[in-house]
Amino acid sequence: MANDGAKLSKNLLRMKFMQRGLDAEAKKLLEEEEKRIISDDHWFLDLPELKAKENHIIEERSYVPCEDLVYGRMSFKGFNPDVEKLMLLMNAPKEEEEDEDEDETVSRMETDITDEEMARRYESLVGSMRKKFAKKRDRSAITKKEEDVNCNVVDYQPKRAFMKPQD
Amino acid sequence: MDTVHARFKEKIGEVLLPGDVFSFRFPEAGDGIIKTEKMICGPGLRRNGDEVLVCKSGILRHKQPNLYWIDSQQRRYVPAKGESVIGIVTAKSGDIFKVDVGGSEQASLSYLAFEGATKRNRPNVQVGDLVYSQFTIANKDMEPELVCIDSCGRANGMGVFGADGLLFKVSLGLVRRLLAPQSEIVKDLEKIFPFELVVGMNGRVWVKAKTVQQTLIVANLLETCENMTSQQRQTLFRRVAEGSL
Repeated sequence: MANDGAKLSKNLLRMKFMQRGLDAEAKKLLEEEEKRIISDDHWFLDLPELKAKENHIIEERSYVPCEDLVYGRMSFKGFNPDVEKLMLLMNAPKEEEEDEDEDETVSRMETDITDEEMARRYESLVGSMRKKFAKKRDRSAITKKEEDVNCNVVDYQPKRAFMKPQD
Repeated sequence: MDTVHARFKEKIGEVLLPGDVFSFRFPEAGDGIIKTEKMICGPGLRRNGDEVLVCKSGILRHKQPNLYWIDSQQRRYVPAKGESVIGIVTAKSGDIFKVDVGGSEQASLSYLAFEGATKRNRPNVQVGDLVYSQFTIANKDMEPELVCIDSCGRANGMGVFGADGLLFKVSLGLVRRLLAPQSEIVKDLEKIFPFELVVGMNGRVWVKAKTVQQTLIVANLLETCENMTSQQRQTLFRRVAEGSL
């Protein structure tokens, strides 16, 4: 070899098999040196931090929201019933917005059912679905439970498990 | 923020000319005490950094809470996103139609932008048809694009229309007066006889009535009421209503 035993290059010393003999501190120092070299190689921009300016002014190019223009197709005195239906549909959202401010009471369509009826319906639905998917043994337990009107949980017998025969 | 709106408020209703500048310095973003509100500048106003410039001559209008715009008159239409216009199909090339909307260049309308259109099921659109459609892209850097469906995929009355009837051009100011929420012109017109009307924001109006004569009457009325006061208009409409009965 061209080098004496004493003069080994830095790269060689950094290799793994040469570091097995070193102690922990020396290893840490070597690691830090490596990291420093690597981070020096990284490129970065040396600029001051620029914050994106918040735009307080928004540009709007169309006249439609400015003057609340209505839908462009119109029909009068039943000339084209489809267009008249469309007129009601497209212009309705604007009218709804105005009404909302006036009365904020419960809005209900006539075909809807009331909240109480909905709750009652759900109550019975949950019970019947549970019965449907319960095993035969549990079905009778459920019916017994439902008999109590005050919704107190009746203490029924726990599910019968297999009992090992005692000698 | 009060200074911003105050500067505008003192000019509401006044005639402004292009070149007028509203400049205000916004407070630094550091102090969160003053809450900055957004201000919307509509047509005729343009943002330039922190300033607002007037670029059309007209009257400054205001709408609650923070919308300002210039009310001006013109006949030439400039495409704007979201507006519904009447276009005339001029060419069919591959997958798109070229539509003339009265702007500086023709708009493109894809054949898939109709309700229920697929690659196999092409819409029945010929050269020369009238289409009522909306802009999806409309700025000064790109070719405008139209669609005949809304974001849910429904037509909502857009698409090819107008087997009969008459198409004519009016000024943009009259279009806005016709489409105003409680338009008096429309209220007076509907008393005369039944008819159908399609108004495009590009100044094109299409009318159809039972007979050719009635169609022509409505078209003439619309063209003339541009330059009439409401008094003159009402007397004219009454004369027509009596005459036609």
